[in-house]
Amino acid sequence: MTPETFFGALLIILISGLGLVSVAAADTFTAILSFFAYGILLSMAWMALAAPDVALTEAALGSGVTGALLLGARARLRNCPRARPTGPAVKAAAAVLCAGLSAALAAVVLLLPVPPPSLAPQVLEALPPTGLRNPVTAVLMVFRGLDTLLEKVVLLLALIGIYALAARPAEAVGTVTPPPLTPPAMAGPLAFLTRNLAPAGFIAGVYLFWVGADEPGSAFAGGALISAMVLLVVISGAARMPGPGRPAVRLATILGIVVFLSVGFGGSISGAGFLVFPPGLAKPLIVLIEVAMIVSIGATLAMLVAGPPRESKQP
Amino acid sequence: MSLLADIFSIAAISAGAFFYLAGTVGLLRFPDTLCRLHALTKADNLGLGLVTAGLLPQMDSLAAALKLIVIWILVVAGGTSATQIIANRVTRKP
Repeated sequence: MTPETFFGALLIILISGLGLVSVAAADTFTAILSFFAYGILLSMAWMALAAPDVALTEAALGSGVTGALLLGARARLRNCPRARPTGPAVKAAAAVLCAGLSAALAAVVLLLPVPPPSLAPQVLEALPPTGLRNPVTAVLMVFRGLDTLLEKVVLLLALIGIYALAARPAEAVGTVTPPPLTPPAMAGPLAFLTRNLAPAGFIAGVYLFWVGADEPGSAFAGGALISAMVLLVVISGAARMPGPGRPAVRLATILGIVVFLSVGFGGSISGAGFLVFPPGLAKPLIVLIEVAMIVSIGATLAMLVAGPPRESKQP
Repeated sequence: MSLLADIFSIAAISAGAFFYLAGTVGLLRFPDTLCRLHALTKADNLGLGLVTAGLLPQMDSLAAALKLIVIWILVVAGGTSATQIIANRVTRKP
């Protein structure tokens, strides 16, 4: 048994075990913490499969942001009257459906021809004109730009959905925290962490997006890191989450989509076609879109996790 | 030289893994939150420090080694602060 197979087998056992715990745990807190660990181990599995881009996204979004969203949901639901417990029939149906889906996915993966069909050679061939060196970014931004654009729209829809569903005033991370009135409010380990980690985290987030042109990294992972730093600043009480009614906040959430669409239609007007970059200008336009996207992703994810404010000054 | 570096790496990473194991045993077996935090910080500080030190000679470039050190500093700062925050919370409650 080579070390690779040993670690692979260990990872598979741990991932399946943590997945089971997070589904079967009676206590939601245990379930969410297992889900965090599950996501981190899953990103290690992606690293083992030589897919660092997927690993980064899984760690930042699959584990980090989703886990934070689950923790927030748990904190909100704690004060709610307990809903009717799920009956055994519903649980059995969910188990059967999930098992069926897993079996179908496993079958599809196992039935792939060897070697599996791949578009990677075509991507590598078409890479030089884009000015990018990371094929994953080229696929996301150039070859499948429409998918990435729609992803951003989905993110915005999720935010609108959460704000629309939270009809009753709910507690939210950050919005409950009063702003610091005196310096002692910013004392202690949390203040230390915020002062030192937040600037480093912001830089790391921008670095993740910037390096994404040539190496593993993306605006999505960078945006997730920036949103985490925004939340850290808010939770520590150093600043209050700006109200969603502010024009600047609204602009930040749609900036990515607006710039992406503008560049896309620019291609239509110049005759190249929707979302087609003119030759030579691909790299600067991609950087422009990604700068706008990282602002939107950072703002939207932070607002998603923080949730709707308890009270808004805006009418 | 390379053999020496490898031996150092193996020794340091093994020692780090031992502290992780000891920290995990402490986390599971110690009676209260403060004791468990104490065990956990041993894993965080000594375990991670030794693993990082062991990995340093294996880095291809100086830049990669520096990145590793930055990651180590960030994790230590994060872990230590989180521990302090939890401990504050515990000691404030009677």
